[in-house]
Amino acid sequence: MMKLLLVVGIILLAPLLGGLLTGIDRVVTARLQGRQGPPLLQPFYDVLKLISKETTEVNSMHRFFVYVSLIFVIFTTVLLLSGGDVLLAIFALTLGSVFFVLGGYASNSPYSTIGSERELLQIMAYEPMVLLACFGLYYVDRSFFVKDIIASPYPAVIFLPGVFIGFTYILTFKLRKSPFDLSMSHHGHQEIVKGITTEYSGRDLAVIEVTHWYETVIVLALTYIFFANANPFSHVLAVFACLVIFFLEIIIDNTFARVKWQQALTSAWVVTAVLSTVNLFILSYFR
Amino acid sequence: MSFIKKSPWILHYDGSSCNGCDIEVLACLTPLYDVERFGVINTGNPKHADILLITGSVNEQNIPVVKQLYEQMADPKVVVAVGICANSGGIFAECYNVVGGVDKVIPVDVYVPGCAARPEAIIDGVVQGIGVLEEKRARAKKKIPAKQQNGV
Amino acid sequence: MNAISTLILVPLAAALLIFLVPNDRIRDYIVRISAIITAVMTVVVVSLYFDKGISFNYPFEKAIDYVIALVEAAVAVYIITSGIRHKKYLVSFFSFLQTPLILWFEFTQKREIEVRNAIVFDKLSAIMLLVIGIVGSLICIYAVSYLKGYHQHHVHYKVRIRFFLSTVFLFLAAMFGLVLCNNLTWLYFCWELTTLCSFFLIGYTRTKEAKQNSYHALTINLGGGVAFAIAIVYLGTQLKTIELSELVKMSPETAVLIPVFLLSLAALTKSAQLPFASWLLGAMVAPTPSSALLHSATMVKAGVYLILRLAPLLGNTSVGKVVTFVGGVTFLLCSLMAVTRSDAKKILAYSTIANLGLIVVCASVGTRESIWAAILLIIFHAVSKSLLFLAVGSIEHQIGSRNVEDMDVLLDVSRRLSLYMIIGIAGMFLAPFGMLISKWVAMKAFMDSNNILIVIIIAYGSAATLFYWAKWMGKLVSNANKQENKDQIFHKEEEIPIFILAVLVGISCFGFPLISKFALVPFLTGMFHANALVPIGTSDVNLMLLMLSMLIILPISFIPIYKNDNRRRVLTYMSGENAGDNKNFRAAMGEARRAEFRNWYIRKYFDVKTLTLWGNVVSCGILVTGVILLIGGLVS
Repeated sequence: MMKLLLVVGIILLAPLLGGLLTGIDRVVTARLQGRQGPPLLQPFYDVLKLISKETTEVNSMHRFFVYVSLIFVIFTTVLLLSGGDVLLAIFALTLGSVFFVLGGYASNSPYSTIGSERELLQIMAYEPMVLLACFGLYYVDRSFFVKDIIASPYPAVIFLPGVFIGFTYILTFKLRKSPFDLSMSHHGHQEIVKGITTEYSGRDLAVIEVTHWYETVIVLALTYIFFANANPFSHVLAVFACLVIFFLEIIIDNTFARVKWQQALTSAWVVTAVLSTVNLFILSYFR
Repeated sequence: MSFIKKSPWILHYDGSSCNGCDIEVLACLTPLYDVERFGVINTGNPKHADILLITGSVNEQNIPVVKQLYEQMADPKVVVAVGICANSGGIFAECYNVVGGVDKVIPVDVYVPGCAARPEAIIDGVVQGIGVLEEKRARAKKKIPAKQQNGV
Repeated sequence: MNAISTLILVPLAAALLIFLVPNDRIRDYIVRISAIITAVMTVVVVSLYFDKGISFNYPFEKAIDYVIALVEAAVAVYIITSGIRHKKYLVSFFSFLQTPLILWFEFTQKREIEVRNAIVFDKLSAIMLLVIGIVGSLICIYAVSYLKGYHQHHVHYKVRIRFFLSTVFLFLAAMFGLVLCNNLTWLYFCWELTTLCSFFLIGYTRTKEAKQNSYHALTINLGGGVAFAIAIVYLGTQLKTIELSELVKMSPETAVLIPVFLLSLAALTKSAQLPFASWLLGAMVAPTPSSALLHSATMVKAGVYLILRLAPLLGNTSVGKVVTFVGGVTFLLCSLMAVTRSDAKKILAYSTIANLGLIVVCASVGTRESIWAAILLIIFHAVSKSLLFLAVGSIEHQIGSRNVEDMDVLLDVSRRLSLYMIIGIAGMFLAPFGMLISKWVAMKAFMDSNNILIVIIIAYGSAATLFYWAKWMGKLVSNANKQENKDQIFHKEEEIPIFILAVLVGISCFGFPLISKFALVPFLTGMFHANALVPIGTSDVNLMLLMLSMLIILPISFIPIYKNDNRRRVLTYMSGENAGDNKNFRAAMGEARRAEFRNWYIRKYFDVKTLTLWGNVVSCGILVTGVILLIGGLVS
């Protein structure tokens, strides 16, 4: 019964948190640009508006994929926040991302197709680092389970500083922030319109937005795992670290111009290779 | 409570404007005017937009484009004609290829005069557009047929 | 005992019968019936001996020895003469090197060695038999219908269906023998038979390219055969045994590692690992059923099977490390190369090589968990890959192309076929499906055994794998470029095997906890003389089964939603310039122009030539290091 409550709680509260974070993101971004910016709750207004609007379609297939994507992203969130297996969570998240990409292909329009291609490229760029972060956590704590990792005597980040920095680097992809927002930017006007989401409207688009809220929570939860340990005080520290990382990403978003895909792929792979290899090898030396 | 008033997303289309009004539209996004205060986002995509902002007159070449963009927008939707050219064709009205104002092709809900229209006027037009949007939504809820809705 | 002999003899008899019957219709029935009998026999044999296992020797062992020697000599004569006739002297040379060596060994040295168990059937053999028997016979059934269509499409090729089908059955018999034989000389004989059969199958069309590639495959595999032959002679003369099970029981010291290294070398050639990978890519010229057979269930699996058997001697030894790294390099580079390919069969070929690399890595790391993963990988890969190959073969007949870029019409041409393709592709890389489960366990095992570099290599390879499969899947769901003419029909005889394979993909994913519990865990417990555990926790298994069920339920649950669907349909966004539909846009001067979407291939980044060169250099370097380490070990 408690478990059920926990699951329902996560499913309901995670998007609230994600939406709130997105709202903060938009306000902070506006302030960084010297504007007043939208109200804090603007993301919720947007989604509620989209739900109340008409939903058009370009073919019967394309909406299916975003709903499935949402379901698997929710699955990931529940798994992560209830202390489950971090690697399985990542696999489920990848499954969700792949369905989202397929949604772009199924729309079969120029902008959504190229958005899908770029999204796939981004997944290829960040996937090694995400996997290695999971394996790094496993290497330190001998368990893939979040509940074991956060119950260990020391925070994982002490052993995995390189992996953590690499992970922060690819967070920019996951949060769809400049310089790595090739496939779909937060900001409306870009050369491929809105990438994969171009052909979605109304409820379908609202689903995509909510999916992104969940993803934000997932990403921050992964950051959290690096810091939390058996010491209760560390959880406060972990929340603080998450906020710092989130703020850092907003600053990066506003200070960098978008790069070409070549740079995105190469830099992500090189950063992953150097930082994680060095970190894990040093770790294996002491083991 | 209606959320459509709080988050009007805009599609900006340049008919055959001299770019004067376009620059003013963009000026609305700058820190000085900052339309994002009202939740406005410049989407650049008809599927996402609630308000179609058209600058410049319509000419023979872009009639199908304007019609199609309007068609692709999800209901409820509002058209705001910005600048005198979009209202009536302006000084280009007599050109051989110009059809006239936007209302010759699609129903227009709000007319924003000016050459070029000032940012304040444009924002005012958008805000009025939001009002129309809400009205349309309310009417659609009561299931009043679409034809009356779009009556100009 | 008799059941096992029958199992080997059934396909052999079928091969002979098919070769002798000239009538097409009668032969088709013979093929179908023998394929079904083979599959049933496999299941019967496995269910008979599964629990206890069985190992025995024939009383008339010597007679079999003589028959084998005779056939070997005949094959050698054939290969040497045809090698000389086609100016492929290397082929003749390899054959000339190994056959006399083996014959000499057979008639002089071998007399002193007593073979206790010539045939060993344990749980690993059972799994291999099931994979070969079931997947192989499905491919046979498919081939009957496919080849008819094949010759309608390629009228200028000589029709040699009889020869083809008979070779396929011979191949199956050889594979059965290969996984059952414990006597290395017999195993070697089956090994060479598969080489010969693959040579026949690749050269089926007798075009210049086909001949070239078939000789290429023959050269490389015979090269592996030479290593195998030397290993046998070494084992027989130095260690006085030619039983695989005896070899595996020895302690890993240098004298034992030399034959292990040679056998691994043979295995690497057979499973097309990097310096030797080119033959498998060339094998694609053959008709699809033979590629399916070579790639999924048989030929290449023989190599990894041998490595799996040798696993206790690999692990942390120098040879083990060498094999591990060759596999790792192969996995990474072939995954990257697959990204640049648009020919469906080429993608499948590169993915096969890459996945075999992964299996080789798992097997050669040699911990309990990694071998668990390796065996599951073999099962999942065989099922998914054969499904993909057969589906691609049918697609080629349906849309007249096997280019991935042309598959965007498939949803319109045949919905079922694209569904099968999607199932197959999902089986290759997506989360709740088999390949990923095994990959997960494998990486965990590498982490536990401190193989950090391998984990990093696999992380990168997996990312590339995701890229090329997902973009292919994208084409399959995009439903573009609808054609008006749909003259091709998807034959039932082609669909039934494909359908069964698709179901098998699902069953193997749902059933893997059972496979693990009843086959893998007992097998590993026996192999390591210690209790083996299931590497994945029950809660995770349940979650994964939940995900799998979700993937099945979700599409079905959308059907009622689509039923009462009244959404307004609008055109796709092309900046308002669509010329009336989603296909064309209004270009300059107002004319309608077709919009075409193409996938990314990133050829500049992952250039095949450069990568192949580097792959060959690196893997050769690793092998040479292995040789040096062995020599160093001998000296000290």
